[in-house]
Amino acid sequence: METLSLLGQGFVIALSPLNIGLLLMGCFVGTLLGALPGLGPVNGVAVLIPLTFAFGFDPTSSMILLCAVYFGCMYGGRISSILLNIPGDEPAIMTTLDGYPMAVQGQAANALAISGVASFIGATIAVIGLSLFAPILARAAIHFGPADYFALYILAFATIGGIAGVDPRKTLLSAMIGLVLATVGLDPISGVPRYTFDSFHLYDGVEPIVALVGLFAISEILMLLEKTLKDRPKAIPVGSWLPQWGAIWRTRWAMLRGSGVGFVAGVLPGAGASLGSFMAYVAEKQTSNKKGTFGKGDPRGVAAPEAGNNAASGGALIPMLSLGVPGSGTTAVLLAMLVSLNVQPGPLLFERQPDLVWGLVASLYMANITLLILNLPMIGIFTRLMMTPTWALMPIVAAVTFVGVYSISNSVFDLEMMVFFGVLGYLLRKLDVSLVPLVLGLLLGGDMERNLRRAMSISDGDWSILIASPISIGLYILTAGFLALSVWLAVRDHRQSQADRLTEG
Amino acid sequence: MIFRMMTTAKIGAAMATAMTLTALPASATECIAPSNPGGGWDFTCRTIGRILTELDLVDGNVQVTNMPGGVGAVTFAMVASERPDDAELIVATSTVGITQIAQGRYPAPLDSMRYLAMLGADVGVIAVDDDSPIQSLEELNAAMLEDASAIVTAGSSGAGGWDHIRLLMVADAAGVDDLGAIRWVQFDGGTDAVTQMMGGQIDVVSTDLGEIAGFVESGDIRVLAALSDDPIPAFPDIPTAISQGIDVTGYNWRGLYTGGDVTDAEYAAWVEKLETLYNSEAWQTAATQSGLVPIWRGGEAFEAFVREQADVMEEISRDIGVIE
Repeated sequence: METLSLLGQGFVIALSPLNIGLLLMGCFVGTLLGALPGLGPVNGVAVLIPLTFAFGFDPTSSMILLCAVYFGCMYGGRISSILLNIPGDEPAIMTTLDGYPMAVQGQAANALAISGVASFIGATIAVIGLSLFAPILARAAIHFGPADYFALYILAFATIGGIAGVDPRKTLLSAMIGLVLATVGLDPISGVPRYTFDSFHLYDGVEPIVALVGLFAISEILMLLEKTLKDRPKAIPVGSWLPQWGAIWRTRWAMLRGSGVGFVAGVLPGAGASLGSFMAYVAEKQTSNKKGTFGKGDPRGVAAPEAGNNAASGGALIPMLSLGVPGSGTTAVLLAMLVSLNVQPGPLLFERQPDLVWGLVASLYMANITLLILNLPMIGIFTRLMMTPTWALMPIVAAVTFVGVYSISNSVFDLEMMVFFGVLGYLLRKLDVSLVPLVLGLLLGGDMERNLRRAMSISDGDWSILIASPISIGLYILTAGFLALSVWLAVRDHRQSQADRLTEG
Repeated sequence: MIFRMMTTAKIGAAMATAMTLTALPASATECIAPSNPGGGWDFTCRTIGRILTELDLVDGNVQVTNMPGGVGAVTFAMVASERPDDAELIVATSTVGITQIAQGRYPAPLDSMRYLAMLGADVGVIAVDDDSPIQSLEELNAAMLEDASAIVTAGSSGAGGWDHIRLLMVADAAGVDDLGAIRWVQFDGGTDAVTQMMGGQIDVVSTDLGEIAGFVESGDIRVLAALSDDPIPAFPDIPTAISQGIDVTGYNWRGLYTGGDVTDAEYAAWVEKLETLYNSEAWQTAATQSGLVPIWRGGEAFEAFVREQADVMEEISRDIGVIE
């Protein structure tokens, strides 16, 4: 009851004309930034910080604006994943797996509508979790130590073989390349440079967004160049401009399951939105992929990761607000913003500044509704994008990616890296190697290594620390169960197909 | 056809938005934060940039550029090679940057820049969980003297970074011989380390007070010692290490440098502007609010201080085996 009355006061704050205006602006700008490859929530939020200072907004209004941009980016990231096969930001990468095939089959409107609704469900569940249980969840999350995070990453990597099913060996190869790339840079534990070839630009390692944009956007342009030499590419046919509501309703369980998985990943400060959308996809595939439709345009393969991604982004606000621990690059920027506005995030924030916390929570409810309303009518406009011939679209995509990547660190070196990854991505695609595991390896590999090293620093080199806590033991059992199930299913399918052949023969 | 034009116009508009967002109105003065948005260097540039404009010490806005890489090394190399005489450029640095230089991790020596001033400092603290059996710095030191490898310590820097070195300086002053045996765990930030300590993973945290002040106020953690000369105004009850017989201070100062070929007149003008800024109400408030203790050292005196600190740091790093 007390929560409800606090939330009511929050709505009073959030419903001031200024805050509503900022909310609308933030949602719109965020969706755009998220949709443009290379530009994402980190740049969006960082660029808007000086603006909030310039206008002298109070902390609550500033946070409302920035969180609206953050949520907007998470909604927007999926648009280019679905329409162009180019993820707008890191967590949107899983959406390419089924979203783009759906678009190619003329289902773009459905894919956009499903992902929009899934984003809404995921983010709303996360905000409900935030308003009801934030302090309790934050206190629970601190019991996750480095060894437990390592076990979580082991679970993630054990399931990586299950995402793109063409050839498991190629999936593993791709993930290994990602893991190798994740070792580049200054070793955070000892400060020793690894594989940097004496270049200071490599000291911070491979920036995932640079690799992501290169691998997907630049390689897409290269593929197109090759195709135009052979035949003139046609625009993808659009089946319908309007989504079918039945198709959305059929993915309701996928959305709920994805939200649950994503939320847990978001609350853990060492996990984050990319892990959330990835685990949500794998979990959904494991439960629902009875007919082998995942990866070929299954609507549930769009619903689950999008719900997971948005639930994780909302969940990540819990450790940020109640512990002051950022779970992602964007929450780190939001945290710095709070500190410079003289707000001390941490255990006392909810007691000392209830206006800020509950005004923010209320505005997040409103941001979600705004984004849903903003996104559904735009589906018609976005699907028309599919009718643009690729020769007209791709130069614009190229320009946007170059601007976006340059804006991250003002470095020409990053542009060179992006082109390098574009060529790498092109070669791998020619070899039928999926690029998604590579990016996951790069995104998750660094954290997996750091947590292993931290665990080993704590135990002074004693490996038994890895199985010393109930959490890690539970995660290892889950991993073993997952692998056993996968092997059993593979063997069963193999026998089945052999039996079929025998009866046919 | 109409659709196509609509789409193109829409994308054009989107691009224009992206461009204006990324290229904010340029002005003559630029402050480079050699890190991603959100860190201490970013705070230095954004706050100083804002106040310089507010006090009309510069024309127009100060453009803040984030140039992350190699804990400041990328920016250092860029300034040394491309903009050594650009008097409109200032770069944020701190004890962390000087530690990197002292350990030879930057591509150019300390002297390739001119150090303008320090405007404030974060105070290092040694903290334990409120349930910890260790009640005082004396008990911590006794425990380390008995068995240095029994204690798990952590902070926001890697081994050999400033958080680690500060802790070892305390242990060294207490007479612990086997400094290498003390276990050190790196986390991405002070709050990460503190929450892991609350979760029971580690025993002791050494880091800046500013970031973890919320946990001190809430009583979740107990600060055994502040590594400052005098008690911290916001936390007068926290005893200094010096008052407990351990003669160690560990500030993380925040300051600025400019290119090495900037003329004496331009250098002096910057120092004067920064001193005006330091004495302003706006800076004193902003610094205190973000947990810094305002401290001024500028011009020649600051350059001498930086050189001395780099020497001390190099010596300690060698003693504890971080460099050879």
